[in-house]
Amino acid sequence: MYNARYIIPGIILFVVIFTVPFWINICTPEYSRPELVLPAEKDCIEPVEYMRAEHMRILNEWRDAALRDGKRVYIATDGRQWDINLQNTCMSCHTDKVAFCDTCHDTNSVTPYCWDCHIEPQTAPAAGGAKQ
Amino acid sequence: MAFSLMAALGIGILAWALAALGLEMFVGFILPLTAFLVFLGGMIWRVTTWARVPVPFSIATTAGQQKSLPWIKPSHIDSPSTKIGVAARMGLEVLLFRSLFRNTAAQTINDEGGPKLVYWSSKWLWVFSLLFHYCFLMVFIRHFRFFLEPVPFFITWAEDLDGLMQIGVPRLYMSGAILLVAALFLLLRRLRDPKLRYISLPADYFPLFLVIGVALSGIMMRYWFKTDIASVKELIMGLVTLSPSIPEGVRGSVGGMFYTHIALVSALLIYLPFSKLAHSAGLLFSPTRNMPTNTREVRHVNPWNPPKKYRTYAEYEDDFRDAMAEAGLPLEKEPAPGLHEETAQ
Repeated sequence: MYNARYIIPGIILFVVIFTVPFWINICTPEYSRPELVLPAEKDCIEPVEYMRAEHMRILNEWRDAALRDGKRVYIATDGRQWDINLQNTCMSCHTDKVAFCDTCHDTNSVTPYCWDCHIEPQTAPAAGGAKQ
Repeated sequence: MAFSLMAALGIGILAWALAALGLEMFVGFILPLTAFLVFLGGMIWRVTTWARVPVPFSIATTAGQQKSLPWIKPSHIDSPSTKIGVAARMGLEVLLFRSLFRNTAAQTINDEGGPKLVYWSSKWLWVFSLLFHYCFLMVFIRHFRFFLEPVPFFITWAEDLDGLMQIGVPRLYMSGAILLVAALFLLLRRLRDPKLRYISLPADYFPLFLVIGVALSGIMMRYWFKTDIASVKELIMGLVTLSPSIPEGVRGSVGGMFYTHIALVSALLIYLPFSKLAHSAGLLFSPTRNMPTNTREVRHVNPWNPPKKYRTYAEYEDDFRDAMAEAGLPLEKEPAPGLHEETAQ
């Protein structure tokens, strides 16, 4: 082999860099899917599978409807009407941002920009008026 | 081209079908791990194969003045004579594709005197290649959110930068969109120009279709056919800890697009070391890029030459000294006095 003193370290570096996720995960505690703290009220505006996949799209459409079009009523697929309002509709059941939203978002590195405008609820809602 | 397209499509559809038939463990665990091992082993094989090939001549190509007489200004990067210069040229080639920047295009234009052939600088290939490679790198880095827990800060930074425009939710990642556009440009470039189409082989189209397939399936999963990323993370963390699990959210045809994506990426990994895509490592082995232009200072010896038998002038003179002395030729070393007198008589 020619130029072995450059090529062999290069190969070692290549293998180490590409296998880093394996080494890191062997050395750290086993990953388990985070458990969500679900609200007591089970009846969301749409079925749970739909909400799981499309909640972000609904929030985006609600933002446009409420703030750009002034439309404040959402008619769900089952015909019920909901007030388009993140803090008073969504968060009246999903009270705890940290336990509900952040659990999944953090582990999957999802950083929605809801809270660029909305004020983050700071504490657990047990104490009345925690929502600012 | 049709063959390459069918092959890439076939891989994607087959993966979806296998997952729907309940073989998620194969498509989601065995295939990607095998592909990864083939990729690692294949790249090492490829690189060691190249490393065993001798370079017979100093064939550094230059685009500047070689180091010469002290009053002639040398071009330190385009015609480097030092290792630092070579490293700079190689680094800039890897990061900025300088040789592609010199790409030219030939065109006939109609002048007053009839058609005329002109060559002009063509930067489109350079621009789109650069976009393609850097967006691919960004996409690659972003995916490590599925491989690491907790997600390192620089991945979050990369995501914030990539989604800076805050278009829609989930945020549009610009790198994904630009990657697709650039790959489509590279494909259309081959199809549009008859000369280029003529020299394009299945091996040119197949990687393009694979990359387009990977990008399309990824974009689909993110923005349209939503895949449960919590399940995806669970699956991938199982993959990198070698403890297979197929979470409910990606079981069967529900995760069809995900398995298509995984299978296309696996195909790309398997294909990479044995195809033109190995240029990623091959660039570093290009003698025209990695040899210093010091042909006037250092003699390059072909490593495959047999050891040379030299006969020095001293040895020559030793053999013919007496005859040369007799003929009155000048000598480096005079003959031994006794012999000299004998011949003189």
